[in-house]
Amino acid sequence: MSSPEDRRYMESHEWHKLEGDVVTLGISQFAVEELTDITYVEAIVSEGEVSKGDSVAEVESVKATSEIYTGIDGEVIEVNQEVIDNPSLINEDPYTKGWLLKIKVSDPAQLDELLSPADYDAQAG
Amino acid sequence: MLKKTPFYKFMQDNGAKFVDFAGWEMPISFGSIIEEHNQVRNSGGLFDVSHMGRVKFSGRHARRFLERLLTRRISNMKEGQCRYSLVCNEDGNVLDDVLIYKFEDYWMLVVNASNREKLLKHFDDVKGDLVVKIDDQTESTAMVAVQGPKVMEMIGQFSKEVPSLKRYGFCQKNLLILKMTISRTGYTGEDGVEVILGANMANMAVKLLLKDKGDDAAVKPCGLGARDTLRMEAGMPLYGHELDEETNPFEAGLDFAVSLDKDIDEMGEKFIGQEALKKVKAEGLKKTLVGLKIDGKRTPRQGMTVKNGAGELGIVTSGCASPTLGCPIAMAYVKPGTVGAGDKVIVELGSAEIEAEVVALPFYKAEKK
Repeated sequence: MSSPEDRRYMESHEWHKLEGDVVTLGISQFAVEELTDITYVEAIVSEGEVSKGDSVAEVESVKATSEIYTGIDGEVIEVNQEVIDNPSLINEDPYTKGWLLKIKVSDPAQLDELLSPADYDAQAG
Repeated sequence: MLKKTPFYKFMQDNGAKFVDFAGWEMPISFGSIIEEHNQVRNSGGLFDVSHMGRVKFSGRHARRFLERLLTRRISNMKEGQCRYSLVCNEDGNVLDDVLIYKFEDYWMLVVNASNREKLLKHFDDVKGDLVVKIDDQTESTAMVAVQGPKVMEMIGQFSKEVPSLKRYGFCQKNLLILKMTISRTGYTGEDGVEVILGANMANMAVKLLLKDKGDDAAVKPCGLGARDTLRMEAGMPLYGHELDEETNPFEAGLDFAVSLDKDIDEMGEKFIGQEALKKVKAEGLKKTLVGLKIDGKRTPRQGMTVKNGAGELGIVTSGCASPTLGCPIAMAYVKPGTVGAGDKVIVELGSAEIEAEVVALPFYKAEKK
């Protein structure tokens, strides 16, 4: 499986896509397949400042509950309400419709510290 | 190195996603746990359960050995019967929950994969001077569970005898020249069978059982994910969740599987843990298993605290979003006498607290046909 090239990843399976000074955050196809059917999404942080490593959301599947982390500092400016209303969107389309949060970033260069698609794919197996 | 069951290739070809379960590479799902769950409730599903331990006991003292080992009476079992039983330690706490099969001149015990090594050691301790041959056949055999309301009809195409079996009855059938054991047992709350067969027959058998393919097939392959949600709805315990070495059978509501007077009849023999369990019965329980139903979306998970206005009540052992009930459910141990069916309790989720209603187990019961 190869992950989209236009974003950066965390070992804990979050993707970060930078457009202008806004990062969109979601979870990878690998994570979705691990979790199986997603039944519930909760934004722990729906607005305000977050720092790299903060837990920003929780995703529940039939099987387990997982915390979702941000890999970047910034300000949460939007939560994907469609995903909260219909969590299965993440299963169907984790990389576009299934995004979770948008974060206005203070230092885009921080993204370079995250995993490249190739490195992520190598560790996610 | 993870062990693979004889069905591995077949399951892989059918799109299984695998997971490490007790050292075995097992199918967790074939895409959607919810779809597989519903497939079993509405029609039929086939599970590879070859990872479970299968141990054969024979010899002059095999029955006496099992009488000591198991909490359930063995002396009155007839050939072709299986019984659910527990293996306890001297403290009366649960080492494993098992199924014992009585054959003409030997016995077979099916144990949890996660407890197999521990039990094999325990068998040696229990054996003492008894003449009993203990033969771990786990890796030379395979096992599938075929579960769901349409399963008996499907099996009826191959055998008239199987659909006439009583619950917990079993028979032996030949597939060509190879023998397999088919019992009317399961772990989903549905009617169905479990089949034990030689590892070398596994592929032939599974192809036969799943010969109808496509979206409307009566029986489809299912994974351990659905097996877990199915057993939770049926209120069945899972070792490591509702059962462990800090829990006795009465706390888990498994009184039916314990015979405290096993030693009184002529053929009887005291079982390990019997004295401790008599004491438990006399002194009362420290915890009791209840069901929780949640009117909301968040699911309680193992280890979360259950409380009410009066303080802490206990701890969640299992939880899932129930596909059949359409809401989250959980099982939890609580202090006896503190809450009953209909009472509201609080579960601490970490980031939030949710309200849950205490309900009687099981959450789901199949309609009797």
